[in-house]
Amino acid sequence: MKKLQYERPLIQRLNTGLMNKFGMKTEYTPHTHIDEVSVKSLIKEFGSPLFVISEKTIRNTYKEANRAFKTRYPKVQFAWSYKTNYINAVCNVFHQEGSWAEVVSGFEYHKALNNGVPGSKIIFNGPDKSEDDLRAAINNESPIHIDHLDELYHLNELAVEMNKRPKVAIRVNMDTGVYPMWDRFGFNYENGQAWDAINKIILADKLDLVGLHSHIGTFMLSPSAYGVAASKLSDLALGIKKKYKKNILYLDMGGGFASKNTLKGSFLQGVDTNPNFDQFAEAISTAILNAGFGTDELPLLVLETGRALIDDAGYLLGSVISNKRLSDGRRATILDFGVNVMFTSFWYDHKISPAQDFGNYTEDSVLYGPLCMNIDVIREHITLPPLKRNDHVVVHTVGAYNMTQWMQFIALRPAVVMIDMKNKIHLIRKRENLEYLEACEVKPDYLKSFKL
Amino acid sequence: MKIKKNIALSDTGFVFNPASGDSFSVNPIGLEIMKLLQENKGHEVIKKHLLETYSVDKDTIEKDFYDFAKMLEQFKVTETDEKKES
Repeated sequence: MKKLQYERPLIQRLNTGLMNKFGMKTEYTPHTHIDEVSVKSLIKEFGSPLFVISEKTIRNTYKEANRAFKTRYPKVQFAWSYKTNYINAVCNVFHQEGSWAEVVSGFEYHKALNNGVPGSKIIFNGPDKSEDDLRAAINNESPIHIDHLDELYHLNELAVEMNKRPKVAIRVNMDTGVYPMWDRFGFNYENGQAWDAINKIILADKLDLVGLHSHIGTFMLSPSAYGVAASKLSDLALGIKKKYKKNILYLDMGGGFASKNTLKGSFLQGVDTNPNFDQFAEAISTAILNAGFGTDELPLLVLETGRALIDDAGYLLGSVISNKRLSDGRRATILDFGVNVMFTSFWYDHKISPAQDFGNYTEDSVLYGPLCMNIDVIREHITLPPLKRNDHVVVHTVGAYNMTQWMQFIALRPAVVMIDMKNKIHLIRKRENLEYLEACEVKPDYLKSFKL
Repeated sequence: MKIKKNIALSDTGFVFNPASGDSFSVNPIGLEIMKLLQENKGHEVIKKHLLETYSVDKDTIEKDFYDFAKMLEQFKVTETDEKKES
């Protein structure tokens, strides 16, 4: 006789009178497949935990963003934000779709060059660009976004020494009505720093000021703040035109668009409340189109959005190591991935689904990672069906930042696979091993042996 | 371990303690265990029955049964006869 499917016995006290803000149940269907590939087979072949990227979702999301902006503004260019996810296969999907590259460090710059992006289409941001980085960017005619006056003076020196005219933009920070105001990057709009930098660049006549850049925050939930930023950048560009008879070729609105994740402490789910591309596009394009540019003077609109383009395409598959009951009676489930590979669990209440069939009963639970560290908490509160050892789970919307901010701490980093447009699986980053970890270590001779 | 005599157990998994007013829900396998306890079946008999009925290993049954029994105790739906059970 075939045995029945087992589910852990469960008893829960029923509370009446108080609303449960988390609802009765969070997941109604198991997430058994990603793009028609079974979770079970992925884990069997590549191990657990495992990051999975859906190429289909990347391309669809990109097309959605592109449509939202291009139907509202005539000249739009996306630049893929390398720091959000710089696995080469991921970058090249965006480059195939037409994205330039946006980098914030020397190694990211060379990654973009190695991927085949022409130097003139790599935007170089960030406060720390070494002299070698700047020389490479000048030689390759990459737009360099100046962060501070020291960098501006350094570029003036290099321009003279190299007998070149570097293409530059300045990063402008400003009050857009949101808190916190990001004023540590670039030059301030309100107190005149931005104009000071513009005057210094144009009057020194060693650099070619081609653009203006702002990046007002991260996980922005207010599209209108981008409208304010676009108005202020447009005002600067029109001021430059009036004062120096010089056209600014592009306005770079940076990134920071929220993805569909749910921030910790949010009452409603991000997927229901966070703004979509159309809302951001409407705010930005309306502000620039109404600023007063002539039809032949409209600047190129550059967008460096990363998170909103890749987050949905990333999944993290994992397995249950154990269940236990905490001293206060709460159920705790220990998973084989923790904050070491899912950095974003510090910010988000990630959606987590079981990857196998389950019954109708759920229980409140805490999800812990495998690290021997008290802070390794994936979800402080989640309602899930009873999970047993070796059951699998799927974490959704993890494509942004996790595969760049992950730590080699206690556990090594897992493999990353991409499911292509035809549902074929490609290994795009190997699982790390001890040899990889120790490759950069050097053991002095006198420490090579010991007696115990 | 026995289920208290006054505890009402419905076939749909609704549990009511008229003395305290507390109500609970149990999943089907939890209900099965409570019914067997009501019939004064011993722990070992129940565990053997579960092992024969469900696709599960002995260690998991041991662990989950212990946890469930502790929850029944905590929710005060059982009267424990230490001598008999130990």
